Amino acid sequence: MSIAEVFHKARAEDRAVLVGCMPAGFPTVDDSIASMIAMHEAGCDVIEVELPYSDPVMDGPVIQRASDIALSRGVRTRDTLRIIEAVASAGVPVVLMTYWNPVEKYGVAAFARDLAASGATGMITPDLIPDEAAEWIAAADEHRLDRTFLVSPSSTDDRLAMTVAQCRGFVYATALMGVTGARTSVSSQAPDLVDRIRHTNPDMPVGVGLGVGTGAQAAEVAGFADGVIVGSALIRCVLEAPDPATGLSRLRALSAELAEGVRNPAK
Amino acid sequence: MSAPALPDLSGHFGRYGGRFVPEALVRALDELDAAYRSAKTDPAFQARFQDLLVNYAGTPSLLYRAERLSEKLGAEILLKREDLNHTGAHKVRNVLGQALLAKRMGKPRVIAETGAGQHGVASATAAALLDLECVVYMGETDTERQALNVARMRMLGATVVPVTNGSRTLKDALNEALRDWVASVDTTHYLLGTAAGPHPFPEIVRDFVGGIGVEAREQCLTQLGRLPDAVAACVGGGSNAIGIFHAFVPDEAVQLYGFEAGGDGVETGRHAASITGGSAGVLHGARTYVLQDEDGQTVESHSISAGLDYPGVGPEHAWLHDTGRATYEPVTDDEAMAAFQLLCRTEGIIPAIESAHALAGVARIAPVLRAELGRTPTIVVNLSGRGDKDVHTAGAYFGILDQVETLVPGENS
Repeated sequence: MSIAEVFHKARAEDRAVLVGCMPAGFPTVDDSIASMIAMHEAGCDVIEVELPYSDPVMDGPVIQRASDIALSRGVRTRDTLRIIEAVASAGVPVVLMTYWNPVEKYGVAAFARDLAASGATGMITPDLIPDEAAEWIAAADEHRLDRTFLVSPSSTDDRLAMTVAQCRGFVYATALMGVTGARTSVSSQAPDLVDRIRHTNPDMPVGVGLGVGTGAQAAEVAGFADGVIVGSALIRCVLEAPDPATGLSRLRALSAELAEGVRNPAK
Repeated sequence: MSAPALPDLSGHFGRYGGRFVPEALVRALDELDAAYRSAKTDPAFQARFQDLLVNYAGTPSLLYRAERLSEKLGAEILLKREDLNHTGAHKVRNVLGQALLAKRMGKPRVIAETGAGQHGVASATAAALLDLECVVYMGETDTERQALNVARMRMLGATVVPVTNGSRTLKDALNEALRDWVASVDTTHYLLGTAAGPHPFPEIVRDFVGGIGVEAREQCLTQLGRLPDAVAACVGGGSNAIGIFHAFVPDEAVQLYGFEAGGDGVETGRHAASITGGSAGVLHGARTYVLQDEDGQTVESHSISAGLDYPGVGPEHAWLHDTGRATYEPVTDDEAMAAFQLLCRTEGIIPAIESAHALAGVARIAPVLRAELGRTPTIVVNLSGRGDKDVHTAGAYFGILDQVETLVPGENS
């Protein structure tokens, strides 16, 4: 299912899409596949696979630690593609999130080709702004991949319009000025940012990420956005679990709680 | 040579440079760019900057003709004595400029990353002088190795935050500073320590330290009546090198040499030579040469010199390398330490180990230039910093920390 269809379907059901993030190869390749499948079964509509990177400047401590663990066990770019293939072939919509250098090193055109072949729907690029993305934009067009760029509360109206115009699938609205990681409350800047995006393009689905970690917060975000993106809180289920089975069961429980949240959007 | 001014308006030096940053930072970078453009042409700002450089930092620094070293190396060696500046290095120029910019933008807080602590100390100094709050991110490993610099920063009123993630070194300190900045950009200026990072930092830092080359060029004309045959500097992130190179770039007869940290030797993989031992990639906001593995993961750098121990390099150096305008070569730890000792013993100057890399490189190229030119070459070397901070490292290297008898030169390494 394409991302557009996922958002369309959710809209028809008067709910938001739940996007759950997990680093590839954390803590092992097989464990990460099992986590992603479990997240999907328990209610994550879309799995965001994060490619572990040595210098993740947009990520808070939880994702940093998970990425470090994956990298220290030798996960490679090709493993990430293999993981996407395994999850996508189980019928799960998968989007890749990656910092730019691993893509540039792989070769942008080759990476787009192999990403499309793996079954991913597209790519989220936290440190690639459209200004620098000519090669990726062309490659995404050629391989029919969605492009998700980030917008921020600090984005000017001009940049917001320019960035949304370059997105396909959905746009990623960072709810607050900061890095990834669960917060105790949803940012008050998020609804305003989503409004501003709707003003530029009412049809572009908006996913909101950064700081969402509970069902109540998911319900709150679902009240004004099309998608709720959760990373650190889910990853922590695995990171802090005493054993893999406990990790999986916590992951299922939180995914279900979040899925319940996006189905009960705050009015 | 009438080349177009670089970087271009979007911050590119050819394919290098640019902005590979989260969108959240773009507005701050745009504001910084605008503030810098207006400051650049504002006589009041420039006058204040000049006043601080002259009356606070002690510039212009001397261009010193090193007679005994010249004799040893078979070249006329002129040392640009940035080691004599306040805080002991060229870095004071950059921090004063950026701290003034922070003031101009109305930002009461500055953050900085530091490796061995030199840029941290310089930032804390400028922050104290201009009454700014200062937070310095420093890898935990470095805070332990450089406890004295941590104390210096704290004495100057700065908060030092040990960074405990990743490899706990300079690159992780930089990541952490960027993370802080994403969350604090309204009140905070990121006082980046070298001519790297996203646009407009490479240009701003180059311009603030560019006085080194402007002064050296004028001093050559005054003291020698001509330009030198070559200008040499060490290259880590590359600010002292771009600072002395920039004014000479249009003088095509002047050869430019950048010496990178070769660590144990580029062939061993344990080095910090991003240009000669790395490949093009994206790190910390810009496209440049990077030490990376096959997957584009950053590889840890190694150098005896903490100030050069960084897996990237400023994008303008990548450009100067690709265009052939400047030549970059690696210098090993051992070569650098030999040059360190040579300068101590011939001139009574203890250089920073960083700057010793430039001296070692000059020792290597002097005979080559001599053969090329058929006469004694004149070489300007940027003595970018003083070596007080390195006494412990050098003492350990030469095995002299617990020994009182006289050393025999050349027999103690």
